[in-house]
Amino acid sequence: MNWLQGAIDADLHPMVPGLQALVPYLPPLWRDQIAQRGMEGFDTQAFPPNSPKTVRADWRPAAGPPAATIGQLRDQVLDPWGIARGIITPLYGVQLVFNEDMAQAFTAALNDWTRAEWLDRDPRLAASIVLPMFNPEHAVAEIERLAPDPRFVQAMVLVMGETPLGRRHNWPIFEALVRHDLPLAIHAGSTYRNPVTSLGWPSWYAEDYAANQQAFQSTLASLITEGTFQKFPTLKVVLLESGVSWLPAFLWRLSKTWKGVRFEVPWLQRSPLEIVRENVRLSIQPFDAPDDAETVQRLMDHLGSDEMLLWSSDWPHWQFDGPPRLPPGIGPDLARKICIENARATYSRLSQEALP
Amino acid sequence: MNVIRPQAAPGRPLAATQGLIDVDIHPRPTSLHDYDPWLSQEMRDRLHTYGMRPRHGFSKGPPYFKAMPLACRKDAWTPEGGVPASDPAFMARQHLDFHGVDVGVLNPLQPSGQGDQNNAFSAAMAFAVNEWQLHRWVAGDDRLRASVVVPYEDPEASAREIRLRGGDPRFCQVLLMSRTSHPLGNPKYWPIFEAAQEVGLPIGIHAFGYSGWAMTNGGWPSFYIEEVSEHATSCQSLVNSLVLEGALERFPGLKIVLIECGFGWLPSVAWRLDKHFPSLRHELPHLKRLPSEQIREHIWVSTQPIEEPPRPEQLLDCMDWIGWDRILYASDYPHWDFDDPRTAIPTHIPEAHRAAIFGANARRVYGF
Repeated sequence: MNWLQGAIDADLHPMVPGLQALVPYLPPLWRDQIAQRGMEGFDTQAFPPNSPKTVRADWRPAAGPPAATIGQLRDQVLDPWGIARGIITPLYGVQLVFNEDMAQAFTAALNDWTRAEWLDRDPRLAASIVLPMFNPEHAVAEIERLAPDPRFVQAMVLVMGETPLGRRHNWPIFEALVRHDLPLAIHAGSTYRNPVTSLGWPSWYAEDYAANQQAFQSTLASLITEGTFQKFPTLKVVLLESGVSWLPAFLWRLSKTWKGVRFEVPWLQRSPLEIVRENVRLSIQPFDAPDDAETVQRLMDHLGSDEMLLWSSDWPHWQFDGPPRLPPGIGPDLARKICIENARATYSRLSQEALP
Repeated sequence: MNVIRPQAAPGRPLAATQGLIDVDIHPRPTSLHDYDPWLSQEMRDRLHTYGMRPRHGFSKGPPYFKAMPLACRKDAWTPEGGVPASDPAFMARQHLDFHGVDVGVLNPLQPSGQGDQNNAFSAAMAFAVNEWQLHRWVAGDDRLRASVVVPYEDPEASAREIRLRGGDPRFCQVLLMSRTSHPLGNPKYWPIFEAAQEVGLPIGIHAFGYSGWAMTNGGWPSFYIEEVSEHATSCQSLVNSLVLEGALERFPGLKIVLIECGFGWLPSVAWRLDKHFPSLRHELPHLKRLPSEQIREHIWVSTQPIEEPPRPEQLLDCMDWIGWDRILYASDYPHWDFDDPRTAIPTHIPEAHRAAIFGANARRVYGF
């Protein structure tokens, strides 16, 4: 796996082993309520803890919780694969909480847990600031609180929120991100304010997981058509666990419709195709294309840029077995861009000294 | 601003050597009273007092205002000032004769009562709209075929309507809107699939309708341009549902025709389901076959609005991934984004494939 040596892993998910883990980072008010109200924890439907998808079988320990310690991350990913830098993004469901004040407190606790239990324990790690999105003022405050720590290299929201992400009430958040040179990471998952399909609630978890592909399209459409990238031309958006192959056809359609109805969004002066190529990046797991070189090469041609993909393992989610490999048909130059250079260009905050 | 293009000369695409079949024409009533002859007194009263009650807030017009009045070509209003596609003779002159269409599939959209909040009204309207298609349209022009409009939120009533029309060759498909109140593969809808399979009619699913849920899974968007984009996502969700619920395996004779849904997204949906099949099939013991195989076998797509990638060969890739035998020409007459058959299907598509898209594929799926 020479191609992976020195890579930057853009999508790692430490799992909070239980609410008790956050207790040291909570103010007394909320610490007491955990016990008083019998809260059972914030694991979400998006990643059911026991489902095969959520944790790869050989990454589930015989005893104790998975993906819960720096030792597990080192043994399973960082050391064997020679990963230079990893960006961790916990998906614990603090972003689903309805009470805004409580969401703010638990989000801050989660970010402090990330800093103390992970960032302080391995210099290879960087992290996402998990944002409490139901109150933009709280989200901005959390960015301001953590931005001085350069190990926080981006901020993270779930792809399915209460309202489409580009809506103007979110713009103060984007303003703060741009000011601190923090990309906006959008990760698969829902806050469950809406059913996970526009046709209502599905029967199967598989549909819940599949629905992320639609959510990423809707979210990009919202960011683009609301004029977010006109207002914040330097805002970088990173799609995590989004899949890849849906992007070109989505953009063909949106760009075509834009030509027909651009009178409706007069601030949108550039084709969505161009905007996305410049401002949007995608992590490579799960790579949702057939396992043959010709199709992958055609798909890369449809993407139209070799600067958009960032390598990721999506640990501990089950996206592949054994050691990672790149999709067939990706040559060494593109591999190096995907594994190292594209992430470097995206995350100016990643310190350079650990890189080869 | 949208303008009327200078009138092109009449003519038919040269590549339409196996017929020219348009699978998407939208007839409209001149007024809601057109349906009166086939409605009970109670339902007539209801129609003219309360009108349609779709699952959104406005009693007239859509929640996302269209790009043009009634989303129609400006030149499609009749010379007498009637609404577009309300006069069979004018429609024939402006479209069927003008472009040399051999067979046209009628897809009545609103006001048809589909997806209405009231199931009994929706069922009564479906019957009336079906009778109206036969009397007003098909009777006078043997190039036209009707669709069985069904009150899909009442699947048992839908199944009755399908069986009523099933033996009548003037009907060529069952018609659903894409935005149903549950994901379409839900067993709730299986009586529709069972009846369609029994009478041998494909199910045409036209992009549109109101599910009653937010138009994205992250809430309501702001703009019409987003609504148009979200037609693709709602159709993706319904395909996911048809596959993962096992509906396509349960009804092996089911043929699904996606109309005005776009098609560029379909390969990626199939790939995604395949990619995650090993890690997700633990909860899906009812599925025996790979999702992409099911999609390839059961799903057809129509061309309008045709995808316009930055490089023309990318369209060929996409059509190749879907399957050249699965793509049907559609005009969307009389809507503003109408696709002229002579210009919409690019000539860099090999001629044999264009011939299949214009005629042979529709002949096969509809049995014309």
